Amino acid sequence: MTPALETIGLHRRFGALIVANDIHFRLEAGARHALIGPNGAGKTTFINLITGRLAPSAGRILLAGTDITALSQATRVRRGLGRTFQINTLFRGLSVLENVALAIAEHDGHGGDMLRPLGARRAVLERSYALLDRLRIAGDALVPVQQLPYGKQRLVEIAIALGLQPTVLLLDEPAAGVPSAESAIILEVIEQLPHDIAVLIIEHDMELVFRFARRITVLVQGSVLVEGTPAEVAADPRVREVYLGEGRHG
Amino acid sequence: MSPVDTLIRRHRLRAVELLPWAIAVGAYFAFADYLSLGSQILIMILFALSLDLVLGYAGIVTLGHSAFFGVGAYAAGIYAVRVSGEPLSGLCVGAVAAAAVGWASGLVILRTHGLTLLMLTLAVTSLLAEAANKANFLTGGADGLQGMDIDPIFGVFRFDLFGRTAYLYCLVVLFLAWLFARRLVHSSFGRSLVGIRENTARMHAIGSPVRRRLLTIYTISAALAGIAGALLAQTTQFVGLTVLGFQRSGEIVIMLVFGGIGRLYGAFVGAGVYMIAQDQLAKLEPVFWYFWIGLLLVLLVMFARGGLLGLLDRLLRR
Repeated sequence: MTPALETIGLHRRFGALIVANDIHFRLEAGARHALIGPNGAGKTTFINLITGRLAPSAGRILLAGTDITALSQATRVRRGLGRTFQINTLFRGLSVLENVALAIAEHDGHGGDMLRPLGARRAVLERSYALLDRLRIAGDALVPVQQLPYGKQRLVEIAIALGLQPTVLLLDEPAAGVPSAESAIILEVIEQLPHDIAVLIIEHDMELVFRFARRITVLVQGSVLVEGTPAEVAADPRVREVYLGEGRHG
Repeated sequence: MSPVDTLIRRHRLRAVELLPWAIAVGAYFAFADYLSLGSQILIMILFALSLDLVLGYAGIVTLGHSAFFGVGAYAAGIYAVRVSGEPLSGLCVGAVAAAAVGWASGLVILRTHGLTLLMLTLAVTSLLAEAANKANFLTGGADGLQGMDIDPIFGVFRFDLFGRTAYLYCLVVLFLAWLFARRLVHSSFGRSLVGIRENTARMHAIGSPVRRRLLTIYTISAALAGIAGALLAQTTQFVGLTVLGFQRSGEIVIMLVFGGIGRLYGAFVGAGVYMIAQDQLAKLEPVFWYFWIGLLLVLLVMFARGGLLGLLDRLLRR
């Protein structure tokens, strides 16, 4: 079966520094896959290469079997590649509802329509609202994002990505910076993501990783160290040495 | 009322939005001796409105918007001298010329951000000003472009000595431009510009063709600024080098900040208050009037971010 996402020999260097070293990676359809590794292992770089924020020095990226290496960031999104950011990247001055509505408008392909008011597209707004409802932030629909507590802002990150109806969803530390009292809600949302979406999650919280992921890839210094089921990864002595042995990273 | 309904309601016309038009029509009758100032104000409102689309909505910080105002003025002026005195086609010529310059310069400068972009907008204006200065045979150089003869509008409404026709002409053009701009800012496209202003990285990540959107609004804004310039050329029947000057670029930003950016009506309030204050202060204090403008700006920026309209918002909310 064609993987939802595949990288073949993905390589990127900044001068002499190699941040992605010949990465062969497969994300199966409907996967629940975690990418872990110590700080500076190149996890976010890997996400940026996949989404097209960074261009690879060598290698190829396939989305559902189609080569997307040369495509722009925006085109990749329209082909079904959604992401969230490690640091909140939201429309801070706009309401929660409109944050999501903008994404849905782009996904529907009328983001460039100059005549019809966005507010006249009831269907877009209803869908945005339904999405917020699913993530249990509908009560804050009209609140400007910048006035939300941090944990809820993380949920808006996910809501925007889901508004794009992705086939592949890249979650870059969805619970980063969230107080533990609120992280349970985020975890719940992640666990309830639709099964047809292939999810790749970068996370430092091992509890979350082992609860959520059915496969884990360990990245160290830009290279894949180990890939396997959570049990295999937890038992691997090399992983214990470079990563788990050092304890958690914030 | 559900949150969805609240957002649906937002683009509907509210009664207060008709206030500027009531004032403008009222002023026509109440201040018959001031109609030439009135025309100038309407023109500056249109210019500020065009700036608001790029600065206020799309977040493109520019200090070179007079480039498009100036190109529009010269194009309309030269068209009137060389080709035809018909005013409406003259407006179109001004708009198209300014849009062309906006598109071409936007192709280059919109690849940059922040200070680089700001410097490039300045550079474009300076280049055009110098070109207009050197192209004596076409623009009249430092003496300005003279010898325009503007035909009656539709062959009927003659431009009179008291500026009545000019005022109403400017008013109608501004009204149409406002209808268009209002439609634009509430559209999906307009909201996506706000998205770009709020977070460009996220707009990329939701699949928005950011650069194309910016280039589109930059070109549209340039066309509107060009129409404002063309109006000035036609109603004063003169174009001087100052239309392209850096000072005009700066002044229009000040006017917009005065009124409040990114709210469409900031242009009306800002340009109106600024032009009237300038007129009155210049009479009272011919030497020092700019000092008071400066002081007013400092106070506004320090204590009333969001301009006069932002201030009004806060007072009404209490």
